[in-house]
Amino acid sequence: MSREILLGDEAIGLGAIHSGMSGVYAYPGTPSTEIFEFVERATKKAGNVHAFWSTNEKVAYEEALGMSWAGKRALVCMKHVGLNVAADAFMNSAVTGTNGGLVLAVADDPGMHSSQNEQDSRYFAQFALIPCFEPRNQQECYDMMFEAFDMSEELALPVMVRLVTRIAHSRAAVQTQPGRDQNDLNPARDSKKWTLLPSNARVQYDHLTKKQPVLLQRSEDSSHNELVLAGKKGIITCGLAENYLRENISNDDYSVLSIRQYPVPAEKIRRLVDHVDELLILEDGYPLVESMLRGLFGLVGVTIKGRMTGEVPRTGELDPDIVRSALGLPPRPAAHEIASDLANRPPALCKGCPHTDSFKALNEALNTFDSPKVFSDIGCYTLAALPPLEAIHSCVAMGASIGMAAGAAHAGYTPAVATIGDSTFSHGGITPLLSAVQQRVNLNVLVLDNDTVGMTGTQRSMSTGETLDQLILGTGIENEHLRIISPTPRNHDTNVEIMREELAYDGPSVVIARRACIEAIKRA
Amino acid sequence: MEKNIILAGVGGQGILSIAFVIDNAALAAGFEFKQAEVHGMAQRGGAVQSNLRYADHEIFSDLIPKGAADMVLSVEPLEVMRYWHFLKPDGWVVSSVTPYVNIPDYPDMEQVLSELATFPNCILVDAGLIAKAAGNLRAQNMVAVGAASSQLDFTEEQLLTYVEALFARKGEKIVEVNQRAFRFGRAAGLFFRGLVDAGVAIPKALHLCQKIAPDTYDPGFAEEWAAVIVGDDAAMNSILESDEILACDQVPTSA
Repeated sequence: MSREILLGDEAIGLGAIHSGMSGVYAYPGTPSTEIFEFVERATKKAGNVHAFWSTNEKVAYEEALGMSWAGKRALVCMKHVGLNVAADAFMNSAVTGTNGGLVLAVADDPGMHSSQNEQDSRYFAQFALIPCFEPRNQQECYDMMFEAFDMSEELALPVMVRLVTRIAHSRAAVQTQPGRDQNDLNPARDSKKWTLLPSNARVQYDHLTKKQPVLLQRSEDSSHNELVLAGKKGIITCGLAENYLRENISNDDYSVLSIRQYPVPAEKIRRLVDHVDELLILEDGYPLVESMLRGLFGLVGVTIKGRMTGEVPRTGELDPDIVRSALGLPPRPAAHEIASDLANRPPALCKGCPHTDSFKALNEALNTFDSPKVFSDIGCYTLAALPPLEAIHSCVAMGASIGMAAGAAHAGYTPAVATIGDSTFSHGGITPLLSAVQQRVNLNVLVLDNDTVGMTGTQRSMSTGETLDQLILGTGIENEHLRIISPTPRNHDTNVEIMREELAYDGPSVVIARRACIEAIKRA
Repeated sequence: MEKNIILAGVGGQGILSIAFVIDNAALAAGFEFKQAEVHGMAQRGGAVQSNLRYADHEIFSDLIPKGAADMVLSVEPLEVMRYWHFLKPDGWVVSSVTPYVNIPDYPDMEQVLSELATFPNCILVDAGLIAKAAGNLRAQNMVAVGAASSQLDFTEEQLLTYVEALFARKGEKIVEVNQRAFRFGRAAGLFFRGLVDAGVAIPKALHLCQKIAPDTYDPGFAEEWAAVIVGDDAAMNSILESDEILACDQVPTSA
């Protein structure tokens, strides 16, 4: 028992360790990466928790589900968009149910600090019909893991813990408690549960729906869903939104319901609604509770304010000032006006980054085409979209560069060029490449092999070096159209020449630009 | 008591190391604290900030509201301007004046400094110069936290303990350099404030500090220096124009 300084992410990790978790599964993704990294670091010596990066979130989820099947507790963590990748396994794991406790920690990124969208994972919990916890601070991140694992085993369901960036990446002192032993190996006995043939799946789905009243009752009874009835103005906060409220009001003029456990506690909301004339709803994410309350026709006799009416902006991260304004309070006086026209300092590729040399060569190789467009992917190299390189023209989803280039090629677009990093390739690039090669699509893939997952802090890449070469050859690509270059300023002319040769070839080709990430070299 | 600090800088300048030192001092002192930071894409040479709050009572928001910051502590002068609207009306600007120029449109340095000098509660130090004197240019972050330390609620020794903890695994030499950078930064900040409080204009105080060897800063001499240069531009100019780097205890007699 001690007080430790932990990020919200780390508190999730430590809570899971102390809950007797036997395996942690993840693919790196901001703002969730530090959960896995903490567990890996903290259990390295003891070696009693399986901690090895997975190829992607779907694999991570399935591994965690397998650990649960075997009777042990598993934590699987990812960022919000990672859950899209894992969705197939995730949705069906609610139908199979679990054996050992299975907790999914998913970190959303309202405001898109480091993401392509700000989707709200609470919808996924609702969609899959599973419980969800939403901690408001680091202590709850830790404490809720115990509850989440216990609940998962009691109800035989996966349980979600939903974080947002501001909790995931904020530190505070966390009071820890004595740990619990890990479960013994105890494989699931009832194979029908786990074999989702339609006849079994119907039975399981029926079980899942019949558990819903139990889940709801748990939410109603939960101390995480706190209702205080006072004045005629009501406020519902979800997760950390309560902090932004408390930052602005200390009086008890308002009636407040703080929601931190789902499904939404309907009876508590009913009591609040019956008590107030107007209701302000504060959620860091989509207006989930707000849209439920509005339904199609709104509430009779109660005015609802929130993201859907503009008191709170429809998009973006919540903060104390947004909540202050939604409460109708004047801004606090400040020492200075906000600076206008301040020079921006956007992130950039590091000095000496191999990607810079790869894109300089690609830009030159493509300069014989009229305004060529390059499909790209998610990683440090996405920064090549910005000046001075301006070398890429798409970034959508992990691995999408190759599939989109193939689709554009089907439509007759040429040259169809995709650029993708080694780790993103292993995550989501193998299957679209296999597809394109088997179809003999005329596309050129540039794999930027820097031997690491750069953007998230140089984690281990699954397919780099020899493994990467073999994987690519395994798709059926011709030997002479797999070219390996070393992206350095000195090799520039040679690299341009090789790229041009492959651009001229009418068929699928891959160029691997191989040079280690300088940030990774620095850290090693 | 509640202290809200926005730590600012450029990705790679080590503002999370500053946060480590203050977080740990706050925990040891029995304060509540929260410290929100930026990970991921912005760390690649972009503008980075961390919201650090400690108090003798519960802290709710991880983010500091606008108009509620007691201090903007920046390792880079331009970066102060990105967050100064968070400062309370009487809030402190503590900043290095060593620019980190990695953008083509970095504004005119004189203009940036004159903007910072409009804050009566400011501490400006040349962290690049001081870190170099301490033995490592990378220790500018420790210079900055040292310069701010007189406005924090911990003793110099408490903070130095966590400078040591932070660098311990990198060896004794790195610890020494960073502790020295902290001490030089603290003395520089106190000397600077001593000058300003004795009536020296902020730009003048900064220029004088840049002419004095960082390993000799001594706040005890601030008043004597001020007596020489306040209202005596000739004396100040002759000091600034000389190539000589002065020791803090070499106070010239009035011209």
